[in-house]
Amino acid sequence: MSHSTGERHHEPMSLRHAGHWPWVFGAVMLVGVSLLGIAFGAVSLPVSEVLDALRGVGDGADVAIVRDLRLPRVLLAAAVGAGLAMSGGALQGTMRNPLAEPYLLGVSGGAAVGAVVAMALGVVSPTLLTACAFVGAAAATILVMALARIVGGSGDTRLLLMAGVVVGAFANAAILVALADAPPERLRGALWWMMGSAADASWGAVSRSAGALVVFGGLLVWRARDLDVLALGGEPAAALGVDVDRASRRIFLIASWLAAATVASAGLVGFVGLVVPNLVRALGARQHRPMLLLSALYGAALLVLADLLARTVRAPAELPLGAVTALVGVPFFLSRLRRLTA
Amino acid sequence: MTSDTRALLDGPSLGFDGITVQYAGRPTPALDRVTLHAQPGMITAVVGPNGSGKSSLVRSLLRRAPVTSGRVLLAGADIAVLDARSLAQHVAIVPQREEPGMPLSVREFVMLGRHPRRGAFGAPSNGDWQSVADALARTGMSEAIDRATDTLSGGEWQRVRIARALAQDTRVLVLDEPTTFLDIAHEMAVFELIDGLAREGRTVLLVSHQLNLVARFAEHIVLLSRGRVAAAGSVETVMRGEVLESVYEWPLVVTRDPAVGVPALLPLRGRGRAR
Repeated sequence: MSHSTGERHHEPMSLRHAGHWPWVFGAVMLVGVSLLGIAFGAVSLPVSEVLDALRGVGDGADVAIVRDLRLPRVLLAAAVGAGLAMSGGALQGTMRNPLAEPYLLGVSGGAAVGAVVAMALGVVSPTLLTACAFVGAAAATILVMALARIVGGSGDTRLLLMAGVVVGAFANAAILVALADAPPERLRGALWWMMGSAADASWGAVSRSAGALVVFGGLLVWRARDLDVLALGGEPAAALGVDVDRASRRIFLIASWLAAATVASAGLVGFVGLVVPNLVRALGARQHRPMLLLSALYGAALLVLADLLARTVRAPAELPLGAVTALVGVPFFLSRLRRLTA
Repeated sequence: MTSDTRALLDGPSLGFDGITVQYAGRPTPALDRVTLHAQPGMITAVVGPNGSGKSSLVRSLLRRAPVTSGRVLLAGADIAVLDARSLAQHVAIVPQREEPGMPLSVREFVMLGRHPRRGAFGAPSNGDWQSVADALARTGMSEAIDRATDTLSGGEWQRVRIARALAQDTRVLVLDEPTTFLDIAHEMAVFELIDGLAREGRTVLLVSHQLNLVARFAEHIVLLSRGRVAAAGSVETVMRGEVLESVYEWPLVVTRDPAVGVPALLPLRGRGRAR
């Protein structure tokens, strides 16, 4: 029982009634980093030229850079970030565990294996690849849950994470093996899959990611109150008329599909799904509907920023996107872990 | 209150008819053909030692226990025909174990009691808000509406959980050990609250290990022992020394509460009759 009379504390009112400012701040940040993301790169453009080029006005080369290269890349990063953050937020709610997220649970790794194996078998259709990624993600989810249950109960946070990390390591090995003798010009490299990148952005990839985000993110937002109830725990949720097993399964499948769609278009990007929902909860969004929507906003902004850093800090070399998010995410994970086990 | 108005407000009876719960890998059933009935307007208490099957009874109602035979009856009808949501519109349950995983405000938390009656989308209706306000007023927690659930004391937390069940607006209320970890004042306050709720015509099934308090508040007591009904009936029927001594496997005497005269159990120091 965590409720003893001795540990009362009161949050400041401003945090409890977050109101509108997190939305406004998030939207301003997303627009801001998106403009920066379009402006900076191998050729840097002033913001005024970016705005012109977006409307198709000005120098032809600038218009091509902005419209065909930078804009799809920024939009892809935004869709991937939003999808990962929503997936993480939903997994945290169903598992009642603030450390749950698709990468650490091995769900993203499973998705990557699914896609890589499909590619090695000659699948080229991006839609089919996403479907194979989903099959891999779902298989990894089932495997992780089963592993944790065999060892001692799926309710144990540490066991689930351990099982997830183990499945993730296995996924990385499988990717390396599957791509060991792949012709580099035909297939994306193992590094692309394992560390993620938005460099392959195309309007096709953008529309597929955005479509998955709207459909599956929308489903999560629609079922958000189920998540509020599931986060109470199995028995209270059952007492409130939720078919716990069915509802959890449904949320897992949707969250896995969201993660799989991001993996199919940008590889493995970790920790976004961990950092963003926790950040958004700290901003005062406690119910799942606002939490998921704000997570999408902040996840999008965070990943656009991460991609900008990946392209610029070591230019002309490009850092893997997943490396940037891990550099931010791992210290965050450790601080969360300390607070949980303290 | 006249018997006529009482009949209008009375909840349906809640019955367990020959319920057997058999967990996989256990040699004996957790519940073995248990039959009991809770009537409106009074507290029906289920008592018994650890492992006697009290919580399995609640889990069979939540449909989270492997029931191998028997039926749970609501107003005489088998609840098997109801889905989880419809059942939650008729029966509110305060489960024993509940840790706030992710904190909500008290307002948001109690509003979840409206979940079985609300659509997936849309803001709460005026009726929803009214139910939440009534439930908070009834449990004396109106002042706490803006607080976060992780800032509540143990007694406040139990009251807020009861408020969430009241917000379900059901005539049947089931509480599983609602006073665990509470001190005397908070425990008495919760029992008084439950007593008041029953007197308003609700059907109240209370699972508790607090035999002496149950003896003062419940009108019908069911004593479980190793998954079977060892005794059932009025306080005087169940609170008998030889019955309780054999069920609890500990020497004890039943005295009279000096203030109100109801039977009270007094466990003795062990004298050679170890477990």
